[in-house]
Amino acid sequence: MTAAVPRPGSDDLAQVRVGIVTFPGSLDDGDAARAVRLAGGSPVALWHGTHDLDSVDAVILPGGFSYGDYLRAGAIASFSPIMREVIDAAKRGVPVLGICNGFQVLCESGLLPGALTRNAHLHFRNRDQRLRIAARTAWTGDFAEGVEIVVPVKNGEGRYVGTVETLDAVEAEGRVLARYVGGNPNGSARDIAGVTDPTGRIVGLMPHPEHAVEELTGPSTDGLGFFTSILVSISRAGAGTAA
Amino acid sequence: MTRVVVEVMLKPEISDPQGQAVLGALTRLGHRGVQGVRQGKRFELEVSDPVDELAIQQIADTLLANPVIEDFTVQVHPPAPANARSPLPPDRLTS
Repeated sequence: MTAAVPRPGSDDLAQVRVGIVTFPGSLDDGDAARAVRLAGGSPVALWHGTHDLDSVDAVILPGGFSYGDYLRAGAIASFSPIMREVIDAAKRGVPVLGICNGFQVLCESGLLPGALTRNAHLHFRNRDQRLRIAARTAWTGDFAEGVEIVVPVKNGEGRYVGTVETLDAVEAEGRVLARYVGGNPNGSARDIAGVTDPTGRIVGLMPHPEHAVEELTGPSTDGLGFFTSILVSISRAGAGTAA
Repeated sequence: MTRVVVEVMLKPEISDPQGQAVLGALTRLGHRGVQGVRQGKRFELEVSDPVDELAIQQIADTLLANPVIEDFTVQVHPPAPANARSPLPPDRLTS
């Protein structure tokens, strides 16, 4: 339990620099940056074609259709110059959150198990989605375990799949980040909406917390928890120790 | 130049909703004999000679296919001799 540790102040959180990668075809990089800002942190724009992570403390791979989703969703992005650096940084412990297309990129990169495939019903699905947070990670520390949240989901290739062995291992190791509740929007195996690596720092999620950070535009502000969680986590660990 | 064909298919245990949709359409069209459809991808690579087959395997295994969910096959088609006729008659080429 970290309850006894005082929560960092807003000045401390503002020191945390979160990089958001823009690939050709990214759509949600602006919203992700906005979510980091609303959570109290400092968003930093990163570009797919460079090898420069700009010494950020954490990285977000946003939603969209990187490289047109050609070949497979996330496949070509996973070989882009910036991803060489993101993969190296992730292996050194720099937290990485992949949302939607970013989740696909993390699976294609081999940083997360399984793969995202065409929705079982073949339709693009766009709706507000209830999720149950199932794992405590660097990106979900501000959520009570098992809490249900509502954030938008919007994908055509969001069906999480893996071999039975992979799925069993992910479940046995407590690496299911979140599960769909009240209907599975894409046919994902075992209602899995997101997974984490064993360290809880590399996290992928199909639904979009960055679209649920303001009353005006989102179905809730539940998504903010992902962004405050990482700011608090990094601030406690001492910002500036990362990429 | 040598043509290398890489075919990529979803692993049998991964369900293929696109193939199922094609099967559904065939059934509606009255093709009752078709019992199953799996949809895949075919890549045709024009490769300088001599072909490095190990490199081709690596290309298929790292980029063209995602080995987590897909299997692939590689076929190398040696270049036809200069005086040989095209293996495909012209009408096939324009169909």
